[in-house]
Amino acid sequence: MMRFLLLFSRQGKLRLQKWFTPVSDREKKKVIRDMVLLVLARQPRSCNFLHWRDLKIVYKRYASLYFCSGLENNDNELLALEVLHRYVELLDKYFGNVCELDLIFNFEKAYYILDEFLMGGEVLETSKVAVSASMEEADTLQETMEEYMSKPTY
Amino acid sequence: MPAVSKGDGMRGLAVFISDIRNCKSKEAEIKRINKELANIRSKFKGDKALDGYSKKKYVCKLLFIFLLGHDIDFGHMEAVNLLSSNKPAGGYLFISVLVNSNSELIRLINNAIKNDLSSRNPTFMCLALHCIANVGSREMAEAFASEIPRILVAGDTMDSVKQSAALCLLRLYKTSPDLVLMGEWTSRVVHLLNDQHMGVVTAAISLITCLSQKNPDEFKTCVSLAVSRLSRIVSSASTDLQDYTYYFVPAPWLSCKLLRLLQCYPPPEDGAVKGRLVECLETILNKAQEPPKSKKVQHSNAKNAILFEAISLIIHYDSEPNLLVRACNQLGQFLQHRETNLRYLALESMCTLASSEFSHEAVKTHIETVINALKTERDVSVRQRAADLLYAMCDRSNAKQIVAEMLSYLETADYSIREEMVLKVAILAEKYAVDYSWYVDTILNLIRIAGDYVSEEVWYRVIQIVINRDDVQGYAAKTVFEALQAPACHENMVKVGGYILGEFGNLIAGDPRSSPLVQFNLLHSKFHLCSVPTRALLLSAYIKFINLFPETKATIQEVLRCDSQIRNSDVELQQRAVEYLKLSSIASTDVLATVLEEMPPFPERESSILAKLKKKKGPGTVSVTDLEDSKREGGELNGGGERGPDTAAMASSNASTPSPSADLLGIRSAAPVGAAPASAGSLLVDVFSEAGPAAPSAAVNDDGFLRDLEQPTETCDSLLVEGSGDSE
Repeated sequence: MMRFLLLFSRQGKLRLQKWFTPVSDREKKKVIRDMVLLVLARQPRSCNFLHWRDLKIVYKRYASLYFCSGLENNDNELLALEVLHRYVELLDKYFGNVCELDLIFNFEKAYYILDEFLMGGEVLETSKVAVSASMEEADTLQETMEEYMSKPTY
Repeated sequence: MPAVSKGDGMRGLAVFISDIRNCKSKEAEIKRINKELANIRSKFKGDKALDGYSKKKYVCKLLFIFLLGHDIDFGHMEAVNLLSSNKPAGGYLFISVLVNSNSELIRLINNAIKNDLSSRNPTFMCLALHCIANVGSREMAEAFASEIPRILVAGDTMDSVKQSAALCLLRLYKTSPDLVLMGEWTSRVVHLLNDQHMGVVTAAISLITCLSQKNPDEFKTCVSLAVSRLSRIVSSASTDLQDYTYYFVPAPWLSCKLLRLLQCYPPPEDGAVKGRLVECLETILNKAQEPPKSKKVQHSNAKNAILFEAISLIIHYDSEPNLLVRACNQLGQFLQHRETNLRYLALESMCTLASSEFSHEAVKTHIETVINALKTERDVSVRQRAADLLYAMCDRSNAKQIVAEMLSYLETADYSIREEMVLKVAILAEKYAVDYSWYVDTILNLIRIAGDYVSEEVWYRVIQIVINRDDVQGYAAKTVFEALQAPACHENMVKVGGYILGEFGNLIAGDPRSSPLVQFNLLHSKFHLCSVPTRALLLSAYIKFINLFPETKATIQEVLRCDSQIRNSDVELQQRAVEYLKLSSIASTDVLATVLEEMPPFPERESSILAKLKKKKGPGTVSVTDLEDSKREGGELNGGGERGPDTAAMASSNASTPSPSADLLGIRSAAPVGAAPASAGSLLVDVFSEAGPAAPSAAVNDDGFLRDLEQPTETCDSLLVEGSGDSE
């Protein structure tokens, strides 16, 4: 099972953090710091896997964002790489040509999409069609037409 | 598409986020955030009831502020209120991220969840289940642990809800296993494996795998179902599974999960099931040889993920020689693959393969490739896996070669892995030493190359062995003497040298180049460079010299008498100097000889080095050395069965019972002297007093990457464009 998933930029700014086990705030900060240091220090052509404490770390860079996940020792690393890729595909499908700015301004949507895809650290649904369908449904549930028309700006 | 968001724009939120990004310094950011917090606080407290949209907007703003790293101490109540609105998602998100143990709120949250669970709306039910899974606290487990299995197996539950329920239950089971009781639902859960909806199967398998690990008997019917599902997937054409096909690979996640589930059980007894499974595995191995259907890396990753999982299963069963050899060959091919990832994984898998008796020989054939990887790989994690594999495949036939390679690797190895490497080399050298002078050489080389990382256990051990073996004592004395003559000599070398010369210096005293005075001067020349514990050891060596070589008595007494010893600020040194001085002056030669008699042989105990390595690596490490030990000591392990944690536990428990036959070195088969263990141990401690040098911490750049805020540098580069990410 996945223990955590972090997204951060090349400058080490955290864009998304998802924890699949209860972790104290202090421990979270420590893990984030360690991950950022470890991953950003990697050479460009090295492999995507690392060992850290008793976990396997799988990371991949997409444009300016690093996707970094921590797995337990008996998990399949290649599959985790594909989990990250699938997540990016889902984001891409939802936002259309997703980029880092999308994730900054719509962070809550990024979390929702992640929730449709992973739960408790395990893969919930791998069909792109199914996930996009439920996101659409959730969106329509979230607001009515008149609200959309009469939004204040601040 | 930047900035303009889909669905509900929440422009206020977007404006706020832009403001934050445009702040030029940390102070400006904090100021802006505080302003916003004050605004939100007043809105929440205000008289006007906020409409749902605004509430959601403010809750999201609070969430954003929290995720930036600032603490939030209000807003929970509003978030909970959102739960009962018709837009609960924002509230649930807030709660999952900012969980606190306020009991009032928890009651309200649980109520909201209960309502959502019993509503018939699948979206609300899923949101509620997600919240439970995200928070997973004990209170929630208590409230819902009985409800969720019911939802899971009820006939009228929608598929998407079933999926969420399965994983939610899994989460609760992991955190509070005692609250999830086995019941009627367990047999129905197994049948979810046959469900038509692949998503349901995917989710259910994770649950079943975890449950099977704790209650294997209850769930063993899942094995045959899993096998038939797996063979259906593996033999399906790529168009059959439609959206569950990932880059031309049919249902990779599902396949891997099925293979993982099968690893919880021994090979199926039923002949037909077993035959089908073997056929499946062969198909998977065959597919690896076929040309790829797509050039994309995703295709090969998914295909290889299944392959590696299948190989893990084959290794776990450890009963089909044909499959094992094929797996080994496949891994051998990967060892030289272009892609670094595959080389890494191949090295890792081979480590486990090396401990199986069927394939151990096959693994050894790849030794040259692995050694080459150790020398030439640019990625340090791959080199480390290569070193691990060498350790795993080491046996009597290739020990010398492997130890030599590991020693030369150690000279340039990363600091963070040196200690582990040192332990491994020490273990291998001891285990496969036919000729103990080679062993002594190896350990002294270790100290020379990586002295800082040679822990106490390692050099205690070499001394124990030299003391126990008469034939190597002279060689050890000579080698140590030569090693000490190097101009820059590690402190651990001085410790070992001091002890050995103190005990066996007489064996080389005949040669004028290593006469007693020369030996003493050599040791004393290092005296001032050493730490207190080493000096204490050297003082003991000096008194032993007085006993062995009476002609040095005057010189040594001079040294002991000088102020820097008898008035030394360290109590231990002062005490030793004073007592040894007195002892040498008043004791007759007979008394002195008795007091300073040669050390008796050490009794056999479990190798503390092995224990230290196990502690370092964690409980799951199994290697040839461990298995050989446990086989020798404890009789046959369970045939063809559970491997991994069980085996390691057995190996370590077998090794730790200090039976007389636990004779790692084959030196003494006589029963150990009764009270000797305690006294020998304490004598050892007494002589060596405090611990050796602490390993310097790995050089970590503490300046960190999180600099002060600069202008935003995120690009609008699309994440999925070719070439914008990692090139492999």
